[in-house]
Amino acid sequence: MSTRRFAFSVFVATFFLLPLLCCAQSPNLGRLLTPEEIRKIDITVSPDGKGLPPGSGSVSAGAAVYAKSCQSCHGEKGAGKPQDQLTGGLGTLASGKPVKTPASYWPVATTLFDYIRRAMPITAPQSLTNDEVYAVTAYILSIDGIVPQDTVLDAKSLPRVKMPNKDGFISWWPKPPR
Amino acid sequence: MGNPGKREIANLRDETVAGNGLLNRRALLRGALLSAGVAAAGSAGIAHADDSVGADAPEWMKTPGRPFSAYGTPSHWQEKVQRIFTIAPGRAGTGVSRTPLHLLEGTITPGGLHFERHHNGVPDIDPGKHELYIHGMVNRPLAFSLDALQRYPMETRIHFVECSGNSGIFNQPQPQQVTAGELNGLLSCSEWTGVRLATLLAEAGVTKEAKWVIAEGADAAAMSRSIPLEKCLDDAMIALYQNGEAIRPEQGFPMRLLLPGFEGNMNVKWLRRLNVTDAPVDARDETSHYTELMPSGKARQFMFLQGAKSAIIKPSFGMTMKGPGLYEISGLAWSGSGRVSEVEISADGGQTWALAALTEPVLSKALTRFRLPWNWDGRPSTLMSRATDETGGTQPTRASWIAQYAPGQGYHFNGIQSWSIEADGTVKNVYA
Repeated sequence: MSTRRFAFSVFVATFFLLPLLCCAQSPNLGRLLTPEEIRKIDITVSPDGKGLPPGSGSVSAGAAVYAKSCQSCHGEKGAGKPQDQLTGGLGTLASGKPVKTPASYWPVATTLFDYIRRAMPITAPQSLTNDEVYAVTAYILSIDGIVPQDTVLDAKSLPRVKMPNKDGFISWWPKPPR
Repeated sequence: MGNPGKREIANLRDETVAGNGLLNRRALLRGALLSAGVAAAGSAGIAHADDSVGADAPEWMKTPGRPFSAYGTPSHWQEKVQRIFTIAPGRAGTGVSRTPLHLLEGTITPGGLHFERHHNGVPDIDPGKHELYIHGMVNRPLAFSLDALQRYPMETRIHFVECSGNSGIFNQPQPQQVTAGELNGLLSCSEWTGVRLATLLAEAGVTKEAKWVIAEGADAAAMSRSIPLEKCLDDAMIALYQNGEAIRPEQGFPMRLLLPGFEGNMNVKWLRRLNVTDAPVDARDETSHYTELMPSGKARQFMFLQGAKSAIIKPSFGMTMKGPGLYEISGLAWSGSGRVSEVEISADGGQTWALAALTEPVLSKALTRFRLPWNWDGRPSTLMSRATDETGGTQPTRASWIAQYAPGQGYHFNGIQSWSIEADGTVKNVYA
């Protein structure tokens, strides 16, 4: 076999036969997802705002959503009872009597949007519109003054909200910090 | 828990391996063989007074038993063996139920007794309409039906799943007088069968930038967690079967993510979507929950591994020792980092320790049953157990565990647990 033919054989083996061999070993029974399908199922929101949908909501609109869909479980102004307290507790984390709330503990505001949109209200999850989720997020954050009363949250402004405990978490993965 | 004869106790004195009556781990086996021999010889002497042997036979030997059943259930004599839970008003499907560890033996949890943690109830998923989506930083976003996954090469492995909040009750200032199941029952162990996640990720073609996978369930909380890609490419499994049958609805039917050794919450049930990303998303259940606040006010995040841990199950609260004599101490040990390499037991409050026998097979990231004979002299005693895993990980004292965290924190408790045996044979939870 000439050097050139040998080189050609190596080329064929590397780029055509090996991939075939590799894929032949895996069943490959997945159905290819279309971009449209992915758009419908992908509700993940990242701290940098990636995944936030169009729409917007104001503090005042959020107060109405809160009264209708949230208050019976989370109390007036997020004070809690019978379910989780959503507001207050700021400055308590190192006090010996920590009160963990979204306002005092959660590091990013996108988590509040993401969680409300996927899981709340508990009796009718995923029933709120994107505008309602932006609005009620704004309202809850306004109660502790994390955002001003005239705030309108949307995909651009929500990731910019600075949470009081934004530097409060230390990653233990892959290893504890030294 | 029977009593041995005086001669046996005299022989057992030579078997002492640590303070306050702990015996060589093979002593009970030898004793049991001796007793078995005696029992066999004794039963040969029974005579029947009547020509019909039925005169002396128990009732259930004299009438036909009940017919076959389509799906068997435990004996009705066992009806007290149930999961432990209370329903909070207004949130029937949210919270936990615990495995009654104190009423079980061995290491495999029956499917119907596996602990539960739900965030908005158990969904009733039509397996024919459910698909697993893999998308994000992949070359080929894919959807897998259950039928498709059934055709993949399967793996079968035995692993525990433990809620990160298991044993959090040890954060209480006073030791709680409740059963071992209530203390430690957010812990179960099953034989899981399914498809290695790495196989599916290879077919989707994970891109170079990818570092995390955001897993999401098809429950009414769309429960979501960020998982390191490294774990997904290691021993992660899309589990379809639990103890030989289709995975139970409470454990994620028709499929769950199984991440051996990682905290329970990350083993996302009713798995619907895996979104491959370059960063974690700070989901609610990795910020608000399952993070550990330290006294400084800073919190540990992404502390995924369940530490080396053990609990004595027999004896434990609710059981009563029936006088001095020979008993078997037994319990469970486990670690999220690998195999349990040894379990030490103390019967004198931690002054001296003896190695327990580990029941084979000792498997990685699985429950291991340990046993040790104990000759109880009837005086108040404090029993403790301490597990060490193959990476050298072991259990801190409760006090040193508590000192790491802010008041009231209860995730990832793996401190040493202690039972006090009172003179009257009752068993109490104590902080020793």
